[in-house]
Amino acid sequence: MKLTVDQVRHVAKLARLALSPEEEARFGAQLSNILDAVDTLAQVDTTGVPATAYVLPMPPHAREDRVTGHLGAEAALANAPQTVGTSFAIPKVIE
Amino acid sequence: MSLAERTLMQVSQALSRGEASSVDVTRACLERIAKEDSGLGAFLSLDEARALEAAKASDERRAKKQARGPLDGVPVALKDNILTLGHVTTAGSKILDGFVPPFDATVTARLKDAGAVILGKCNLDEFAMGSSTENSAFRPTHNPYARGYTPGGSSGGSAAAVAARLVFGALGSDTGGSIRQPAALTNVVGLKPTWGRVSRYGVVAFASSLDQVGPLARTVEDAAALLQAISGRDPLDATSSDEPVPDFSAGLLGGVKGLRIGLPTEYQVEGLDPEVDAAIREAARRFEALGATVTPVSLPHTKYALAAYYVIAPSEASSNLARYDGVRFGHRARQVKNLAELYEKSRSEGFGPEVKRRIMLGTFALSAGYHDAYYVKAQQVRTLIRRDFEQAFEKVDVVLSATSPVPAWKLGEKVDDPLKMYLMDVLTLPCNLAGLPGVSAPAGFTKAGLPVGLQLLGRPFDEVTVLRAAAAFERETRHFERRPGA
Repeated sequence: MKLTVDQVRHVAKLARLALSPEEEARFGAQLSNILDAVDTLAQVDTTGVPATAYVLPMPPHAREDRVTGHLGAEAALANAPQTVGTSFAIPKVIE
Repeated sequence: MSLAERTLMQVSQALSRGEASSVDVTRACLERIAKEDSGLGAFLSLDEARALEAAKASDERRAKKQARGPLDGVPVALKDNILTLGHVTTAGSKILDGFVPPFDATVTARLKDAGAVILGKCNLDEFAMGSSTENSAFRPTHNPYARGYTPGGSSGGSAAAVAARLVFGALGSDTGGSIRQPAALTNVVGLKPTWGRVSRYGVVAFASSLDQVGPLARTVEDAAALLQAISGRDPLDATSSDEPVPDFSAGLLGGVKGLRIGLPTEYQVEGLDPEVDAAIREAARRFEALGATVTPVSLPHTKYALAAYYVIAPSEASSNLARYDGVRFGHRARQVKNLAELYEKSRSEGFGPEVKRRIMLGTFALSAGYHDAYYVKAQQVRTLIRRDFEQAFEKVDVVLSATSPVPAWKLGEKVDDPLKMYLMDVLTLPCNLAGLPGVSAPAGFTKAGLPVGLQLLGRPFDEVTVLRAAAAFERETRHFERRPGA
């Protein structure tokens, strides 16, 4: 499957990536090439075959619903690019 | 024999007999790293102060007869996508440059509890996406057996560190072959456990339904000792299994008499190097001579595994990597006008090309109009691949093949063609899709002196059998003794 430039831009927007025109062209060609290989999946008859998202026979464990230890504000904020008090700071969202 | 030349279990014995202290062994490793690693590039960072502190604590325990087991006092290393409390963890990405984790991964905590001395963090392809370690945002890693060649990937730093005798064992992660393939290319043992055997808590997520952490070490018994320390249910990882953890070292001397080994006909792939193929055929003959039966077995959907993998893994990655948004941790772009631009610029500046490519691929496969044709279809094919293995394991106990279709290649040789690089995983990724345990073990060398690895895959939670088979082969061949540069 060949991706058009518009499709590449649409996917980049969904993925929150700002691509340069050079990246758009290069990724477009490379992804088209990869999708050609991936398109062999269409040859497989999967009628009635369930999808596998999880390989273990038992479902994942649900955690008991109770309060346990937590990092604390200082440790949780230690890697933040910008903070205000005990909060993560971001650019103004609402004008 | 110098300290560094010993295997993990040999150094462990030296420690328990009092022939060396953990501080001595740790210093010897750090000296070797200082001397060797600038030209090799196995490590991204060292934590000498904590390592020496841990070594001292180990020696004190031992003096009080309170040593904790085979790993106590033994220097090891971690792939740099495994979180270490208070020590920088980058996942090989600029977006996490300078990130200092506020907690340990469960596997880190378990190694520390076992007394292991963590020397530092090893290079990898950015977010473990790659097969050559060249996608690291920081530096390439060389193959200790051939400078200028790749050590494989994505756990290439861990493999190179073990192969170059800088450390006695290391942890890697394996999503499509990232432990086994670099192990094969560097003459070491690498084991990917059954999905669910080892906790993924605190391991930087790539593709959650495929990722597993496992050991790289010089010998099978070394790998078994590391696996023992990290295995088992962890309340912090909902997907870690309750399956009882056996003694992985107990049966290693059991041999392969009566073991049924299957050679998958579909693993005779296009591009399989003749010398690699010959080494695997020779391995099959050795197994037969040791009393195993070797028969062909069919895994008919093998040729679709690569396609299924390169839909499922990028799809999960595109979702997992959404967390890198420049808000709570990691790189944040400067001078942005609004929140949307903050996300886009931070991610675009922080991620390297392969990561962007895979996020794009996964986002596309999950997008409206393509989800069923790509993502759901790939998951259905995943079911067929699992069934292939289930049927094969009715007739055989393990499946034998090459780990990598080719030996190590020159750095730079495949970086411009992503699809060509993806083909390097063709024999390792079906195991991840099916969630099986798999080991790569040294199987000899090409005429040019490049290592070749064999792969043994087993039934879910049957690491014991693949380890036993690999150990029998290792006793017979002793390829691990051949040093780099020898």
